[in-house]
Amino acid sequence: MRRYALRFVALGYLAAILIAPLGVVFYRTFQDGFASAWEALSTTETIHAFKLTLIITAIAVPLNTVFGIICAIAIVRRRFPGKGLLNAFIDLPLALSPVVVGLSLFLLYGRTGWFGGFFERHDIQVLFALPAMVIATIFVSLPFVAREVVPTLREVGDEQEQAARTLGASGWQTFRRITLPSIRWAVIYGVILTTARCLGEYGAVAVISGRIQGQTETATLRVEERYDSFDLAGAYAIAIVLALIAIAVLLLMTLVKPREGTT
Amino acid sequence: MLPIAALVWASRSDGTQAFWGSVTSPQAVAALKLTVGAAFIVAVLNAVLGTITAWVLVRDDFRGKSVINSIIDLPFALPTIVAGLTLLALYGPKSPIGIDIAFTRTAILAALMFVTLPFVVRTVQPVLTEIDKEMEEAAKSLGASELTTFRRVIFPNILPGILSGFALAFAKAVGEIGSLVIISGNLPYKTEVSSVFILGQIESGNPAGAAAVAVVLLVISFAILLGVGAIRHFTTRHDRA
Repeated sequence: MRRYALRFVALGYLAAILIAPLGVVFYRTFQDGFASAWEALSTTETIHAFKLTLIITAIAVPLNTVFGIICAIAIVRRRFPGKGLLNAFIDLPLALSPVVVGLSLFLLYGRTGWFGGFFERHDIQVLFALPAMVIATIFVSLPFVAREVVPTLREVGDEQEQAARTLGASGWQTFRRITLPSIRWAVIYGVILTTARCLGEYGAVAVISGRIQGQTETATLRVEERYDSFDLAGAYAIAIVLALIAIAVLLLMTLVKPREGTT
Repeated sequence: MLPIAALVWASRSDGTQAFWGSVTSPQAVAALKLTVGAAFIVAVLNAVLGTITAWVLVRDDFRGKSVINSIIDLPFALPTIVAGLTLLALYGPKSPIGIDIAFTRTAILAALMFVTLPFVVRTVQPVLTEIDKEMEEAAKSLGASELTTFRRVIFPNILPGILSGFALAFAKAVGEIGSLVIISGNLPYKTEVSSVFILGQIESGNPAGAAAVAVVLLVISFAILLGVGAIRHFTTRHDRA
């Protein structure tokens, strides 16, 4: 009896908060047929918003992957002053409000900010343009790769790496032939999480993009803009595409996760 | 780190008095109270429901369990603005089931529940999987009731997981914005949370005021990180010895 009660509570909770709302959005989007949803998606601004989101993601994910691997190796394998700090601060973007991140960058690169004057003299537009949006996205999605790789690196241990070194392998060879294959799935899992975060970022980008339609409006900002202009169908259509990407991400995560343990 | 330093610098640029003025303005205080209060309620609710969910996922068995298990991560994968929109579709003005909580504080709680759902489940689940069944059996064979076994044997084991899940959910809820901008309506003094307040201050050209409230959120985040670090330190001391 208790078992069924617990199951009922858990599943009911998930249904009310997760599954049912998503189902309604799917229904609402396609109740007027597939064609109208498609039409809402194919406006110039919406296509531009998706393109922009993809460009930002394409820049942020590789950078964060490299940075995450380097950080993880530094945290697990090296000893240096400030290591404890690095270990603590790597999680900061997870605990920090994206709006606060956006505001910090706004203050740093704004006209009166520390770097603002430099970029203005050289006539480089950072704020309300692609560079600031990329930096903000990198910031909020920074920890994911490192967080996945750190425990795996710890578990694998460094005997194999030391063996490779004694056999005369260079640092790079050791990394490429020994370390990288053993953390492969953790890296992939981290990349998937990073990608999801980059595609879905809202708060930080909302602050520093200026939301110029057709220029600095990403897909998530576009959802809000459509909603605010009372174009619910348009908002739903974009939301559905983002939700489908999220579900694809979820499937990938499910596929990758079991393998992570077996490497 | 540099952006954070710039933020603190900007909040102090007009002097300590201006800083306090911004933080203690009625609208900022109302927003901060709402944010911390809502985040706390949501973190508590999720600590309870998340633990139950983790329990069901580990100990119970039923058709479609693996699907449910993957769906738990959906709030991590789904853009938060989409989360807000989906909740509005079901619990908004055009609700198919006749529940309209749009633009109320209840809506804020619902949205925060959604985005923080995975934290407790994902911190408790691995501990529950690894727990030694023999300990439970020993307790039972010594005559402990099911409730006593849970309270004295299982609960102390999963408590660190629950606490760090609680802290992470709280941190996420305090900083949340994407899912709230649509569903909360952002009415000052009523449904405006701190992050939306900050965004509003920036857009109306008052970055110093925004920075002051942002520093408060920053301090909360740091405190939570320290708390999680302390839990981790405390629970792994045996492993490291």
